[in-house]
Parts: sequence; C-alpha cells; structure tokens
Amino acid sequence: MDVRAQVSMVFHLDKCIGCHTCSIACKNIWTDRKGAEYMWWNNVETKPGTGYPTKWEDQDIYKGGWQKKNGELKLRGAGKMRGLVNIFHNPHLPVIDDYYEPFTYKYLDLIESPAMNDQPTARPVSLITGKPIDIKMGPNWDDDLGGTPDYARNDPNLQGLTAAEQEAMFQLERMAFFYLPRICNHCLNPACVASCPSGAIYKRGEDGVVLINQDVCRAWRMCVTACPYKKSYFNWGTGKSEKCILCYPRLESGQAPACMHSCVGRIRYLGVMLYDADKIESTVAGSKNDQDLAQRQRDMLLDPFDPEVIQAAKENGVADSTLKAAQDSPVFKFVKLWGLALPLHAEFGTLPMLFYVPPLLPVMASLSEVDNDEHAKNMDPVAKHWNDNWLYDTSTEELWATIDKARLPLKYLANMFSCGDESKVKDVLKKLMAVRIYRRWKTVGDIDETKAMAVLNDVDLAPETIEDIYYLTSLAKFDDRFVIPAAHREQAIEMLEFTGDAKGSAGFGVTEKPRRGW
Amino acid sequence: MMAVLDNFLFVGLPYASLLIFLVGTIYRYKATKFNYSSLSSQFLEGGNLYWGSVPFHWGILFLFFGHLIAFVIPHSVLAFNSEPLRLLILEIVAFIFGLITLFGLIMLLARRISNPRLKPVTNWMDITIEGLLITEVILGILVAYTARWGSSWFAAVLTPYLYSIFLLQPDIAAVSAMPLLVKLHIIGAYLIFLLIPFSRLVHLLVVPLHYIWRPYQRVLWNWSRRKVRNPATDWTITKPENN
Repeated sequence: MDVRAQVSMVFHLDKCIGCHTCSIACKNIWTDRKGAEYMWWNNVETKPGTGYPTKWEDQDIYKGGWQKKNGELKLRGAGKMRGLVNIFHNPHLPVIDDYYEPFTYKYLDLIESPAMNDQPTARPVSLITGKPIDIKMGPNWDDDLGGTPDYARNDPNLQGLTAAEQEAMFQLERMAFFYLPRICNHCLNPACVASCPSGAIYKRGEDGVVLINQDVCRAWRMCVTACPYKKSYFNWGTGKSEKCILCYPRLESGQAPACMHSCVGRIRYLGVMLYDADKIESTVAGSKNDQDLAQRQRDMLLDPFDPEVIQAAKENGVADSTLKAAQDSPVFKFVKLWGLALPLHAEFGTLPMLFYVPPLLPVMASLSEVDNDEHAKNMDPVAKHWNDNWLYDTSTEELWATIDKARLPLKYLANMFSCGDESKVKDVLKKLMAVRIYRRWKTVGDIDETKAMAVLNDVDLAPETIEDIYYLTSLAKFDDRFVIPAAHREQAIEMLEFTGDAKGSAGFGVTEKPRRGW
Repeated sequence: MMAVLDNFLFVGLPYASLLIFLVGTIYRYKATKFNYSSLSSQFLEGGNLYWGSVPFHWGILFLFFGHLIAFVIPHSVLAFNSEPLRLLILEIVAFIFGLITLFGLIMLLARRISNPRLKPVTNWMDITIEGLLITEVILGILVAYTARWGSSWFAAVLTPYLYSIFLLQPDIAAVSAMPLLVKLHIIGAYLIFLLIPFSRLVHLLVVPLHYIWRPYQRVLWNWSRRKVRNPATDWTITKPENN
C-alpha cells in the first residue's frame, strides 16, 4: 500500500447559482494576459449545453483521455508513438475557434468620437489581430440555455436518450437546466502528464496538484489533446501550455483557492483525500465496463480513520498535519462516507479528483389550495405577502416519485456523473431527497414522523448522519468547507544547498520574463 | 583575391558559425530557457499547417540524415552507389524529398504571410530563416539537377573537406574548384547553422526523444518524505528535481 495525499474538491451543484464569480476571480488573478485571454481555467457551463470548448465531452472529436486496448491503458489521441509521429502537426489539436476568438471593445471611441448624427459605437476588436471582428462566440454563448437549438440539443450527454425524452427536455414550459462549474480535476491518472513529450507536466507528490513547468514546456501541444476535460490550454503568445494551478501559492499559505474563496453559493469544498497509489492503474485498467469506474475510484480512496491506513501513511512520510486534515476533510465525507459526490465523466479514465454532488432538480411541483389569509394575519404588516391562495407544493405522496418524474431524465445525469449507470445517480438523489424530507418534517412539520423515518430507513442513513449532511450542505462555515493541510515548506527548504538562498532557488526565483524575442 | 574570399567562406565562416553555434545554443539554454522552443502557431491556424509542416519536416529530416550519412560513412555510401541502379534510385528518392521539402516550405511561407492571425506570432527572424531555407533547398535541387550523382561526389570530395575542417587542418583545394551553385549551397548551410542559436531552429536540439523511455506518469516531490523523517539520514545537498 503506497498511501499518498491528494488535495481534492467537491462542488455541490444544487447550490450553484451560475453567477460566474469563480470564473472572474480566477481570470483576474491568473489569465488576464496576452495569449491567455481566451483561457478560463475555471468556467461555468449551463447543462444541457455544448460547453467550452464546444462539445468538449465528445471524445470522437477531441480524442482525449484513456482507452483500453487489449487490457492495456492507452491514450486515445496522444501517447509515445502517436505523439512523436504527430509532433509536426497534431491532427486532434483544438484551434482557437473551438473556444472563441478573444475580443475587447474600442471604448475610447465612445468618448473621443467627433460630433455626428449617429450615436458612436464601441466596435469589437480581436485581441489577437487587433482588427475589428464580428463576434461569433464567447466562453458562455449558451449560458442559461441561450440558443438552444444550436447548443443544448447538441449536448454529447444526450446520447442514449430516446427522441421523445430529448424532445421533452426542450419543451418550453418544462425546460430545465443546471450549472456545471469546471476547473482542472488534478487527476490521479492524468492524461496530460502522460502525453507530455518534454516531461514538463508533473503531479506534485505532497498534495497532488498537477502543474506545468513553463521552462521545460516546448509547445509540442499534446496535453491539450490528451486532457479529456480540455483544461490544459495553449498560450499562443508564449507557446506554452497553461492550466489551473489550484492556486498553489494560496494553498501553501493556508488560503482557499480564489475560485472557492469567492464562491457566492458556497458550493465548493476542498480537503485532503488519502489514496493507494499502487491501485491507480489496476483501478482503471481492471474495470470490466466503464460503468463501474466511479465505484472503483471510490473504492481506491482510503479511510483516514483506519489504523492500518494511518500506519502505512506514516511509513510513507505523510505528515501528521496532513493526516488530521484528511480526517476532517469535507471531501472525504461527501465522497466516501456519505457517497453523495460523483466524479465527472469517470469513463475518461483519468480518475478525476473533483467530485460533484448531482443537482436534485428540478422537482415536479404541484399547486394546492390553501388559506393564506389566515397565515398572513400573523405576519408583520411590512412583510411581503401574496394575496393568492396557492401553495407551490413540493411534498409528495409517494416517497420517490419526484425523482422518477424529474424534468431532466435520470439518464442525462447518469451520462455525466456515473458513466450511464442510472441506479447510482438515483441512489445519490434519494439520499439528498431524504435530507430534505427529514428536515421538512423537523422545521415545517407538514410531513409526519413515520414518513420521515421511513425515508431514512429506505436510504439507510441515521438521523445524525442526515443532520451532518444538512450541516455541511447548508450551514458549514469557511473552516468546515476548506480544510487545507500545512504545506511544510520548511522541510523542503531544509533539503536545499543553503537555506539562506532558498528564496532564489526554491521555486520563487524566476528572473526571466515570459516573453519571446525570436 | 579569390583565394582570400574562398579562405573566408570555407575556412573562416565554418569555424565562426561552429563557435557561435556552440556558445550561442549553450548560453541561450542556460539564460533563456523559457523560449528555447519553436513557437507553434497551430492553435491559431490548424488546417493549412498540415500541408506545410508535415512535408517540410519529413523532407528536411531525410535530407539532413542523407547528408549526415554521406559525411559519417562515405565509403559505405560509395559502395552502395557502385551499382548504377541503386545510385539511380537513391538520387531519384533524394530529389523527390528535395521537392517535398520545397513544397512544404512554400506552403509554410504562404500560410504565414496570408493569414492575418499569424502576424502577432511572426517576427523578422522567422521570415529570415524561412527565406534562407527556401534558398538553400532550391540551390540543393539545382545542384542535384545540374551536377548529377551528388551522393557519390559528395562522399568523395566534400566529406574529406568537412573532415579537414573538423580535424583543424582545413584543406579547401577541392571545394574551391566546385561550381558556383555548390559553393552557394555550402555557404547557405553555414549561415543556417550560424543562425540556429538566434532563431526558432533551437527546437531541433530539444527533440523530446527521452519521452520514449520514461514512464507515462511523473510525480515530483519537494523532498523525499521517507528520508527527511528518518533521523539516520545525512544532511544532503541534493536539490529537489523540480527546482
């Protein structure tokens, strides 16, 4: 058993309001530069939708991730043989138009335009050529189901849904969508690392952050193809690939990454997971069909309370502070303990360490008639109150009817989060529903106790567990959501030649400007 | 006068370019590692690049190794060519590769000039190198056409000259008697060699062949955790790998 620590994440999709604050926080800190304008290390997509870059999930187009051939793992569109043969021209490299041509507006024209009969306009100009362009696309062109016939209906996750099911999803009054925030998954079996001919991409041993050494990267462009999540981006100005660094300078000083810190809906959780590095290859290569990959990944993650695991971790040099962080980790609870969070597209085979709690949405509500006037009498006169007598009723007669009658077919969620296995997604949704029903019994009181307990019994969760889930979902404070292990740079620095020159040689001392002369 | 010029071009120039190449490439690797590569423009234009980059690279690889083999093992090349049919086949294949390389270069130049998106990632050195390479390949094709059976006379005449350069006993008697086209071709080669450290051509020195032998996954540690926690370990001056 080779126990290693991985800083991993959970995004709770029920709480995401699609405000893009995370994207802006990331953009302002990291990618507001020449050559990186088009990059969104963090982006938020509307689902159903085609995403960014367009249809990134369709590996028939982009050839990302791993595939099994004769029981062996192979990179789909890169690798030693294919990567070196295609080094002069990578046939599967997305081009800038697959993302969008970055643009700005000539704002000064609005102010300095001479007097005219017409209003001055700020023309859009390309950030590549500087010439006026017609904007064709942006990073969120399909936001909130905008342009549905062109975008949402081309979502690769609609595969396997019948024509009728697809049609039902896009009927005007039934339409539903949710948001999918995406950053680099900092995978356990990263395809980008494996595809890099220079060996510039590496996974940090201590915390599992995947980084690109900008001095070693030589623009062979294979990582862009290999990453099935298209989270490795090519900087056309410097000729280097760049990707999410999980804000490691912030992590090392105990702060949450910028996207997580700024999250308005508080949907993001970050913590340490322990895993068995010996099982990485067998977990992916050994799966019979892709459908069990999500489960197999969950199995290779270790319980930080298990004495054997603790023993093995200590022998491996995992710091005590890291072990403590693993025990307090919200990710461990969501993923392993409660089984609520699932990896996105586990079938790509990279063992992504960013997990999603699938959205319990939207429920099919019914309207029932109630006497709101009675209730209004007890309210403060300045309080807003509706003078109709309807109740938007989401309670249900049968226990799990709302899940089966969800507006988004289960199959759609399953295609994203459990490689098409509907039962797994349903399992999670039932647990989420159970928390709601239980809390409704407690706080609203229009559900009776026997029913609430029956629900708990059905999903096999104790009331205390339900309360824990409720706490971490709804009430969790900053330090509950982000349990960041100490970086122990002091030990790293001790290994250097002179502790005095650590500042110049410990990774801080980049003296060359990221510019190209010739 | 001709003797002075020949001495300058076939003794002075090769030594100058060799020295500048060595000092320049090593200095640049040490000082500006960040831009030690070719700035790929495939991300901005991916379609036409195929018709330029692929024929050019495979063509120039064949031609480069052809010249190199004639330089390293001239006797074997002469022995191979002793059969007229084999000589004919070799000459025709090499000529075709010359044309392929020229085609690729012209496609690359056309693409770079015609696409406005590529302007921000093009500098004057790219164009200089491009022009020099096109001239060199055209000269090479003309030499192959006008002064036939070059694979044999190169091994017999020019290889001794190149050896004399490397052995620091330059003997330019044979090369001085060469036709003008051949002379220009040789001078062009020296110029390209000279410009390697100043251009995107440095990427040919960092071809990632080590990729073949390394394992797919790469995990780097700031320090060896087992070692650092073991009190018996000596204090070490080994730098971690990622610094």
